[in-house]
Amino acid sequence: MSSEWPLWEVFIRGQHGLNHRHVGSLHAPDAEMAILNARDVYTRRNEGVSIWVVRSADIVASAPSDKGPLFDPANAKVYRHPTFFDVPDEVGHM
Amino acid sequence: MYAQMVKTDTKRVRSLDEMEPQERAFQERIDAGQKIEPKEWMPEDYRKTLIRQISQHAHSEIVGQLPEGNWISRAPTLERKAILLAKVQDEAGHGLYLYCAAETLGISRDQMYEQLHSGKAKYSSIFNYPTLSWADIGAIGWLVDGAAIMNQVPLQRCSYGPYARAMVRICKEESFHQRQGFDIMTVLAKGTPEQKAMAQDALDRWWWPSLMMFGPSDDASVHSAQSMAWKIKQNSNDELRQKFVDQTVPQAKYLGLTVPDPALKWNEEKGGHDFGEPDWNEFFAVIAGEGPCNRERLEARRKAWNDGAWFRDGLTAHAEKQAARRQASRIAAE
Repeated sequence: MSSEWPLWEVFIRGQHGLNHRHVGSLHAPDAEMAILNARDVYTRRNEGVSIWVVRSADIVASAPSDKGPLFDPANAKVYRHPTFFDVPDEVGHM
Repeated sequence: MYAQMVKTDTKRVRSLDEMEPQERAFQERIDAGQKIEPKEWMPEDYRKTLIRQISQHAHSEIVGQLPEGNWISRAPTLERKAILLAKVQDEAGHGLYLYCAAETLGISRDQMYEQLHSGKAKYSSIFNYPTLSWADIGAIGWLVDGAAIMNQVPLQRCSYGPYARAMVRICKEESFHQRQGFDIMTVLAKGTPEQKAMAQDALDRWWWPSLMMFGPSDDASVHSAQSMAWKIKQNSNDELRQKFVDQTVPQAKYLGLTVPDPALKWNEEKGGHDFGEPDWNEFFAVIAGEGPCNRERLEARRKAWNDGAWFRDGLTAHAEKQAARRQASRIAAE
């Protein structure tokens, strides 16, 4: 059996002014074909104005087991949210 | 249902108290409605069951292109042809979304193809029936895609994130499929007596196979119970079948067509229709490879795969050559 095409992650910008968002993945022999395939697989109904493709193998992801050490510290820092502070009614909008 | 009779390795669904801590934590997350994502810990049987179900679902989308593809070159008008092409292209897309979701569970695309082509993996029984007339394209969109929607809408809430997200995309597109089918049926049913007879004939042939799509009653199935506990499955086969019949019968009435079931009648007490039992012997025979088109479908898939090998290899060779050239010019520039 010949070798399998590499896997690519596809990111689409839905409208001007928005971020590219991950929409899925697909197989393609190279980046150029990955973009063409992404056009056919993920934007058949005008879902995008721009496509990024990245080799899945090049993505570095945090491990699910690191969730605690990575994200728990933020829980203790509620003062980062503006709602932490009381603004007196007389002051009005701030 | 595009995935029928998906087996688990479960003998008996266990309670939380009987589970090891890791599995118990997993089940509690599912009970709380959390999504499970790739690379997170999951019971081996959950992973295997999902691979079976998602790959079977994907294979169904891919094989499902074949009966309809049969009519692309024979569609009655250019507009119908363009619509059918778009629909069949959607089915290819749905297959690809689903294969991607299955790959996150640690099976490769080529492994899945191999399982399909060797006959080891199943696909929905419905695609082993022939499309004999143009009205069949209407009946497939109306009934087969209608039945698929019944099953796929609840799957959007499936506990496995990538599968649930693929289903959201699919459900959005599926509605077009059902409506284009009903539109074909409407035109035929309101047309000449010959056209109406074609529509009736298609309904006669597709009705029972469509009811079989949901699979036999699974109220006593340990596999269904386990899949429900894992929130891979949300409704019983009988529940979905009932819903499908109740939704479809008034549509057939609108078309002026007769549902080919003498036992069909409205049951005021249960607020739904009573209806006859599909021929499950036929269903099991089709699942076992003895349907009217099983061999033809698999042969078409194998031929497409084998005939395309030189092209896939050519694109790979081209990509490798380009990569080597870029590498060489980078070295030369340094």
